Amino acid sequence: MTGAPLLTVEDLRIRFRTERRTVEAVRGVGFTLGRERLGIVGESGSGKSLTGRALLRLTPPAAEVTAQRLAFDGIDLMAADARTLRRLRGRRISMVMQDPKFSLNPVMTVGAQIAEALRVHGGVGRREARERALAMLEAVRIREPARVYGLYPHEVSGGMGQRVMIAMMLAPDPDLLIADEPTSALDVSVQAQVLSILDDLVSSRGMALIFISHDLDLVASFCDRVLVMYGGRVVETCRAADLAQASHPYTRGLLAARPRIEAEPADLPVLRRDPAWLEEGS
Amino acid sequence: MIDVRDLTVRFGGGRSAVTAVAGVSFRVAEGESFALVGESGSGKSTVLRAISGLNPDWTGRVLVGGAEQGRRRTAAFHKAVQMVFQDPYGSLHPRHTVDRILAEPVAIQRLGDAERRIERALEEVGLGGGFRFRYPHQLSGGQRQRIAIARALILEPRVLLLDEPTSALDLSVQAEILNLLRRLRAERGLTLLLVTHNLAIVSLMCERLAVMQAGRIVETMDVADLRRGEAADGYTRHLIEASRGYRRVTSA
Repeated sequence: MTGAPLLTVEDLRIRFRTERRTVEAVRGVGFTLGRERLGIVGESGSGKSLTGRALLRLTPPAAEVTAQRLAFDGIDLMAADARTLRRLRGRRISMVMQDPKFSLNPVMTVGAQIAEALRVHGGVGRREARERALAMLEAVRIREPARVYGLYPHEVSGGMGQRVMIAMMLAPDPDLLIADEPTSALDVSVQAQVLSILDDLVSSRGMALIFISHDLDLVASFCDRVLVMYGGRVVETCRAADLAQASHPYTRGLLAARPRIEAEPADLPVLRRDPAWLEEGS
Repeated sequence: MIDVRDLTVRFGGGRSAVTAVAGVSFRVAEGESFALVGESGSGKSTVLRAISGLNPDWTGRVLVGGAEQGRRRTAAFHKAVQMVFQDPYGSLHPRHTVDRILAEPVAIQRLGDAERRIERALEEVGLGGGFRFRYPHQLSGGQRQRIAIARALILEPRVLLLDEPTSALDLSVQAEILNLLRRLRAERGLTLLLVTHNLAIVSLMCERLAVMQAGRIVETMDVADLRRGEAADGYTRHLIEASRGYRRVTSA
């Protein structure tokens, strides 16, 4: 990594205030990101998805977001106006979510959706947008791009839908892709294919990737570095290859609770949650 | 205990008919734990639903406890064979309390003594009496799945059909539910038929498994072979490989 990091997050906090109480869903998350594959792992409610969304300033209206610093390539995301954010979203930072069924527009052909992304962000004309959309479909290893271009989302399988999403998100050539459980809704064999497409595109374009997942094995094998989140905090950061030797008791507990194919059957060690893990600075 | 012979399930009719299960046969011995493994659309859940009686449109033979099963199941069948579903959010009535959810099967089977049975069922799944008058929305996903298991066990069945019982749960909660199922099986000598896509869970829970693809069984094997990664069929080997995480193809 050379020079300033692409993304700097310092003391990110996300609160939900209701009349009766305040829930702090993300509590002082901080990290920097270069041109790398960063994994964020944690269980449901750990704040991993909210953290991803906060980077695009796309948290729900009820969420109160504060940060010491939230900077992308020198741009202060906390102070940025709506216009600046619109120019960043999609073009320089984009996001792939879990289920393509809910993130694609059901009444537009998939090709038209990719072309639209290019016209909006790339400032290209209709014909060029179509050509580049077809090239993107080919880049995500869709065999008959011209045929698939004219299909509606309900006519494509889950794996193909997710490849279409990736094609759309990568068409404007962003610097950072946030992928939130991009393969969790897919079968294992399709999952491997989608990951290898992501992997190729990340390395060939020098893009940074934030990969949010609950799957420890997947993150350990796919990413360069991993943040482990628990109760809205990052409890551990390590190189992905060293995740198996993680030191935080939460990470160790999660690793131990995984059933493994090659293990002889025995009761799984159950995670004992320590209230101290929730305390800041622990 | 379970003997399935040449089971075929078709959906729809005429030209749009889909054969979801095409001639599947397998046997599960009394007290054995058997897994049906496959990806979505392989037909594994459809087999389970046909055995449980949830899907009446099948051909072939289904024998449970030696008794030939027809289109309709008797009350005695449902007392002996119970099912736990994947989604603990969808499988409990949202406006019934835990008490009512557990009392219903007891009433249907006219077992009587509901009071004691409910208390015991809750205790067995590791939830105290404090959960008895709660509604499902007041429970976590893991607690709901415990209630679903309690509802199945309250009839003291001999066979438990499990359809992806932990795939909607977090890793740490999954470990608790799997341990619970292991303990209950050992205590009661239950016969388990587990449908899952997760081979690691099969290795933990079962003695044998059948791998399904496109409505057929491509391989039936011992779990010991699975643990050693020794599969005869190419598709099975592919599933084992894929479940080990991402393999980066190293190129220059």
